[in-house]
Amino acid sequence: MSAASEPQPLGRALGWLDERYRIRELLGFLGHKTVPLGPHFVWYYFGGVSLFLFMVQVLTGIMLLLYYQPGEATAHESVKFLISEVQFGWLVRSLHSWSANLMVGAIFVHMFSVFFTRAYRKPRELTWVSGFLLLALTLGFGFSGYLLPWDELAFFATKVGTDIVGALPVVGDFLLVLLRGSEDVTGATLTRFFGIHIALLPGLFTMILAVHLIQIQRQGMSEPEHLQKQPAEKRRSMPFFPAFLLRDLLLWLVVLNVLAVLAVVFPWELGPKADPFAPAPAGIRPEWYFMFMFETLKLLPAHIWIVEGELFGILVFGIGGLLWLLVPFLDRGSERGARHRWLLRAGIVVVAYIAIMTARGYMQ
Amino acid sequence: MPEPVSRRRFLDLALGGGVVAWLGTVLYPVFSYLKPPATREPVATSVKVAKLSEIPPNSAKIFKFGTKPGILVHTAQGELRAFNAICTHLDCTVQYKPEWKLIWCACHNGRYNLEGINISGPPPRPLQEFTVHVKDDEIHVSRV
Repeated sequence: MSAASEPQPLGRALGWLDERYRIRELLGFLGHKTVPLGPHFVWYYFGGVSLFLFMVQVLTGIMLLLYYQPGEATAHESVKFLISEVQFGWLVRSLHSWSANLMVGAIFVHMFSVFFTRAYRKPRELTWVSGFLLLALTLGFGFSGYLLPWDELAFFATKVGTDIVGALPVVGDFLLVLLRGSEDVTGATLTRFFGIHIALLPGLFTMILAVHLIQIQRQGMSEPEHLQKQPAEKRRSMPFFPAFLLRDLLLWLVVLNVLAVLAVVFPWELGPKADPFAPAPAGIRPEWYFMFMFETLKLLPAHIWIVEGELFGILVFGIGGLLWLLVPFLDRGSERGARHRWLLRAGIVVVAYIAIMTARGYMQ
Repeated sequence: MPEPVSRRRFLDLALGGGVVAWLGTVLYPVFSYLKPPATREPVATSVKVAKLSEIPPNSAKIFKFGTKPGILVHTAQGELRAFNAICTHLDCTVQYKPEWKLIWCACHNGRYNLEGINISGPPPRPLQEFTVHVKDDEIHVSRV
């Protein structure tokens, strides 16, 4: 028997697995999947980039766990020790913080590209819903993780953020105590946020992420409508496996490098330790992705009609979020290929509002 | 005459009721566990804040009143006023701005005058006022 006809070790292993789990069916499925080519092509990458940054979060997060100690007396001290004494501790923390921010950014780009190319239309309505849940969990990650170093900014950001929850009618008081673990933001809050950040959210996120990915693999990539209408010979595509996946991996490498440069050149700072009996510092502000809400709360007057301004703001953002979740179902004409113009306009208004309010927050 | 309850309907109801009761016995302890026990902290009714000489006119001091922060302001006119230092908007701790002669919250730019009344920005209500007594150069603050 010649060496050429003898199966390679990889082929043999595949054969062994296939005999037991029919793995070739799965690979065949991946082999059939294609990615439509066109001017919109670049947007397909952002979901993958978000996924990659999530993996960076998990890895760096586990590394941080080796040194971080939750608790009012130890949290700030352990982060200080981590960034000043532990070799490359500052780098791991900086990577974790930067990739968190880049992940939120990538998710926003991914979400708005799906919105503006109407990739959410039938049959992908529930992919939009699972994506929305992932966004909500990501913001929860950002909010809960922000408190963990127990510095001044984190302390007041958490006070404000949880107080907003407390302003909700009926359930507000219960949720406030549930989140804070006491009436005020204390060490009990830190313990709860730690648990939420490292156990509850990762578990939920991983489950919904699996659903989101299965939905995408099952239905394939959405093709913009104008390309769908083209004759078959004009429509171009690329195999997902391995061509698109390799491009994905190459981009992930680029993102990793950008992340490394950011983490090294602009290492994440640690503010002074939280002091519950110090006034809120001037210039206090949240992470950039909460900035538009923060600015809105600043601008709202004390009372709007009979409701307190803050409650009005929360209700408006709550209803806005709900409508955003329901976008695929609001775009009723999507099955016929028509589009409600008002939905497109509303999307542009949302992007413009977020951009203007965020910029305003940083200019002041 | 009411319809007789069939055996199937009866069993469905019993099973459904059983499921609801089972959920209740599971969820009640879970929610009770999530709610932290109310700690009985001694409610401070009066506290010694500072010596009069420590707080010059047109300045202020944040002090601990039980578990909450309070703010004692010595106005430019020489009056002493004390308030709960928690902003009525979203729970931040306020501070005194000597250049504006106002109480200011850095979080959302809320402002209060030296009577503790919300005069600008988002705060919906005035700050809660405390009573100030001076005894032998020592400033005491107590709840009204």
